[in-house]
Amino acid sequence: MNAVITVTGKDSMGIIAKVSTKCFEYGANIVDVSQSVMREYFAMMMLVEIDALTIGFGDFVDVLKKLGEDNGLTIHTMHEDIFNSMHRI
Amino acid sequence: MLNFSDILETVNMIDREHLDVRTVTMGISLLDCASDSPDKLYTRVYDKITSCAKELVPTVNAIEKEYGIPIIHKRVSVTPVSLIGGCLDCDGYVRLAETLDRAAHSVGINFIGGFSALVQKGMTRTERVMLDAIPQALASTQLVCSSVNVGSTKSGINMDAVMIMGEKIKQAAYLTRDDSSIGCAKLVVFANVPEDNPFMAGAFHGVGEAECCINVGVSGPGVVAQAVKGCKGRDFSYLAETIKKTAFKITRMGQLVAAEASQRLGVDFGIVDLSLAPTPAVGDSVADILEAMGLERCGTHGTTAALALLNDAVKKGGSMASSHVGGLSGAFIPVSEDRGMIEAVETGALTIEKLEAMTSVCSVGLDMIAVPGSTSAKTISAIIADEAAIGVINGKTTAVRIIPAYGKEAGDSVEFGGLLGRAPVMKLSAFGSDEFIERGGRIPAPIHSLRN
Repeated sequence: MNAVITVTGKDSMGIIAKVSTKCFEYGANIVDVSQSVMREYFAMMMLVEIDALTIGFGDFVDVLKKLGEDNGLTIHTMHEDIFNSMHRI
Repeated sequence: MLNFSDILETVNMIDREHLDVRTVTMGISLLDCASDSPDKLYTRVYDKITSCAKELVPTVNAIEKEYGIPIIHKRVSVTPVSLIGGCLDCDGYVRLAETLDRAAHSVGINFIGGFSALVQKGMTRTERVMLDAIPQALASTQLVCSSVNVGSTKSGINMDAVMIMGEKIKQAAYLTRDDSSIGCAKLVVFANVPEDNPFMAGAFHGVGEAECCINVGVSGPGVVAQAVKGCKGRDFSYLAETIKKTAFKITRMGQLVAAEASQRLGVDFGIVDLSLAPTPAVGDSVADILEAMGLERCGTHGTTAALALLNDAVKKGGSMASSHVGGLSGAFIPVSEDRGMIEAVETGALTIEKLEAMTSVCSVGLDMIAVPGSTSAKTISAIIADEAAIGVINGKTTAVRIIPAYGKEAGDSVEFGGLLGRAPVMKLSAFGSDEFIERGGRIPAPIHSLRN
């Protein structure tokens, strides 16, 4: 099962490092990453495989949400299917 | 591979445009609970609801977390109680409502619908008793919603029931006078009522339905308003196409949630209701959409055309996105629950007459409208009759949820709080309709009901 992590907010150093460290810590395998910075606005999307998560998916969502709050970023972690159903026929 | 901009679009809809699944409503049949003993009936009803809906709230909460979509309400609708309450007197029906209320509290839902009767053609003895119990039932419970169907295209309008409902609405307003007459906010009078509607206060589980099923109501006026704002200066074809595409995306999300919830709970997937249901939050308003189309204020000339376009485009887009579409499916135009509508009334742009015209093209009817507390029962019945006529003749659902706010006059305002919002008290015609309502009997079904 895959999940999509989106990170948006003001750009600063080490955002990807912080998010990927958490992924490693809790057993989420990064499959794909794309990111861009427009002016000072940072936006990243990370596709992660979550079959080997060491905590429940709900808890993982909360861990990343908290990480976002601590760093002035908005982090959403959502099941991949929501995007597939909305944007693909 | 997923597209970066699609993902940001979805996240943006949720974060900034109030995209949500408005309600996951479990329909439960109570037909097998009927009994000749009131106590046995109460026990069976309580046990059935609490066992069927035991996992509803935790399961839906888990889906909400996993998919990252806010799911606002978890609710239950049951078989119209007038069908199972043959052994009850008026007090007995009030006890039954209290039983529903206890069951609703116990499973953690925020409304239960089905304190209902279908009397579009005639009333049985027990249905007559049940109608009498409605005001007290609403006053002595918190979470119970009531609805009564008084007309249909097939059978015409039961004007006896229309007259009774005018009185019941007045009584409900009086009994809950210390609480802004909130009883009336939980009572809807319908024509052509759908039997699988997931939205309160009109939800119930129809007799043709399965034992237990999941119906989902999607929402998203904020998302549609944002999309419409992006169409500035473009023609109507482009506008309709944009709304269709947006409605498709919103509905796909509802379909996913409905399929997932029904599978996890092991019950039938009923329908997805494609409705634009506003909330009092800024940016979550149907009036905003109409104004974004180029109207200076909702309620001005052109509003009915704008609403007709919106309602039709939502259905067209949404119907392609779900395997089963049902319920009310269209744009809701409640006054108190929509900040833009409240402002339109307060600035004098929107009157009750214009609202009535709008109900001929929206999905429901006169919804959450406060009127002066001195309004007579007969006048309320006449308002119901007008709405029912629009529904019956045009083959659509119409409804009246009206609050004759005790002690209030036109120009005052009534605060309900939460999603029910704040209703400005609207001015009605100064002329009576008493003799018309007192005739009683039935308005015959229209000629186009003869379709066989």
